[in-house]
Amino acid sequence: MRLHARIGFILLLTPLVLWLGLLIVIPHIDMLLISLRERISFGVYETSTTHYQKALTEPLYLRTFWRTAVMSVLATAITLLIAFPVAYYIAKMAKGRLQQVLFMLCLIPFYVSELVRTFGWMILLRETGLISNLLQWAGLADQPVEMLYTDAAMMVGLVYTSMLFMVVPLVTTLESLDDSVVEAGYDLGGNGLSVLREIIIPHAMPGIVSGCIVVFMLSLGNYLTPTMLGGKDSLWFTEMIYNQFIVRSNWELGATFGFMLLVLSSVIVWGMLRLTGRTLQETMG
Amino acid sequence: MTPDLECADLVKRFGDTTAVDNVSFSVPPGSFFSILGPSGCGKTTIMRMIAGFLDPTSGDIRIKGGSVLDTPPNKRPVNMVFQHLALFPMMTIADNIGYGLRRQKMPKDQIARKVDEALDRIGLPGIGGRKVDELSGGQKQRVAIARCMVLEPDVLLLDEPLGALDLKLREHMKVELKALQAAFDTTFVYITHDQSEALVMSDQIAVMNAGRFEQVGTGQDLYYRPDTPFVAGFIGEANRWKGRIERAEGSALEMRTETGLAMRATATGTLSPGDTAEIFVRPESIRLAATAEALSAFDNQLQGTVTSILFNGAASRVLVQDSVGETLEVTLPQSGEFANLKRGDTLHIGWGAAQATCFAVAA
Repeated sequence: MRLHARIGFILLLTPLVLWLGLLIVIPHIDMLLISLRERISFGVYETSTTHYQKALTEPLYLRTFWRTAVMSVLATAITLLIAFPVAYYIAKMAKGRLQQVLFMLCLIPFYVSELVRTFGWMILLRETGLISNLLQWAGLADQPVEMLYTDAAMMVGLVYTSMLFMVVPLVTTLESLDDSVVEAGYDLGGNGLSVLREIIIPHAMPGIVSGCIVVFMLSLGNYLTPTMLGGKDSLWFTEMIYNQFIVRSNWELGATFGFMLLVLSSVIVWGMLRLTGRTLQETMG
Repeated sequence: MTPDLECADLVKRFGDTTAVDNVSFSVPPGSFFSILGPSGCGKTTIMRMIAGFLDPTSGDIRIKGGSVLDTPPNKRPVNMVFQHLALFPMMTIADNIGYGLRRQKMPKDQIARKVDEALDRIGLPGIGGRKVDELSGGQKQRVAIARCMVLEPDVLLLDEPLGALDLKLREHMKVELKALQAAFDTTFVYITHDQSEALVMSDQIAVMNAGRFEQVGTGQDLYYRPDTPFVAGFIGEANRWKGRIERAEGSALEMRTETGLAMRATATGTLSPGDTAEIFVRPESIRLAATAEALSAFDNQLQGTVTSILFNGAASRVLVQDSVGETLEVTLPQSGEFANLKRGDTLHIGWGAAQATCFAVAA
């Protein structure tokens, strides 16, 4: 019996171990090793931290690194601000069919690939695009307006891409909030703001934190949106990793960047959890 | 004296259905008023209108003499204990009780003192730091009341707050609620579908059915002197017979049931010979006897056989089938006389005309 149980346990564990080992642990160890070696001559390598030194002293690299971090946090914040009222409406105000329809509307854009969705935004925002023409027609602009290739356009794309991943956890947590708890909040003298602050937001905190973590990671690791919608100045850190690996064939520096990105996202997620006083277990469990 | 709460011609319609139909009542200060009715009768709708979560279609709600129709729920001097209590799970007990006081912008040290006082009042001192889910059902109940009472409302509304508790605790909380009401000396308006809760705790009870008040009165009024067949059937239990009135002298009546039995009863309202009527007799007002002589003092006497004994401790019943085949429920006295009663035994039963209430039946 005990032997059977052990075999069953091992069999169940195997896929998890394989997945973690082959797809996460081994590649990352390999990345770390690559990032820590220096090419002396053909086929000759030496262990050194020279790439890290280079990455941390070169202004372009550093600036892109911090910009990516700050912009990702900003995109997460904007997504939260837009998604919260949407999720509240879907979870609490809409009833029956309307609720399902609204939820579907959030989901439908994700039926097409991210590339196509981003092209959609390009069609809207470009110089000869819909919004530009509309502004000229309304007399608000006297010449074509270029809205693409700016930080704002990129931000719109990032928020749009991440929206669903914020709305879903928020709807789930808000739906579990008993209506009478909100009513009790009003009954005991609270107004809209204090009920929101003391009752709704604390209740939705697990959803807010898990939504923010997912959206932040998606933004930080996004390659397509910054490349297509962002301008010359909106270089994203993932683009630099791509350049090093593919354009320059400098795997050592690319791996260094990759590792820095991993450390950055870990630190910010940890900081976010600390700030809200939650554990990863509570949030994901 | 101005009543604490007064509802005048209150009407609430949802589309075509009238949930509350022209209800008027007033609750004197410091009293315990219950609205008792089956589920779906509109009692929760009344409560939500008083709390301010629903607007009445017409009519007026006055608290301490002033209309509150234009006052939003968070400004009304009424507080509500919700059916599932609706304590704030994200806060500690002290924060729960202090919530309303924080909304009034009371200084922190004063809030802390008031919360401690309230916890002493409900007999749970020192639990302020605990989380809501660490409390038992009865403790949560008391915290929910304390959370309202620290605000010193003019009227406290309670929406079936005992429904979720188990039987033993519910019995205990009935007594406790009554004691808390006396301690806080506040007007309680309590809604329930459980007649025993209403009868035990209330000064006044309104029996509600299909959006209307059938009768308002004390527990004794409703039990002994029901105004309508609905009240007679809803409060306590009753054996019923339908039939036609044969003789009427004042309120004393004789009725011939559909199965051909002649019965004497007391009329509620005016009834005259030829009217269709219904007689209600409570199982506990029927006397059991082994011989017909023992029942000679009663106006109505029947002979029957025992078809079943429903043992339920003090509330045990016997089902007796009479000569025409009808089954009556009779309370089984626990005095030992009928300890050996079994199925198939022949029995005599009797009851007085004063214990048989007769109502006209709308044709």
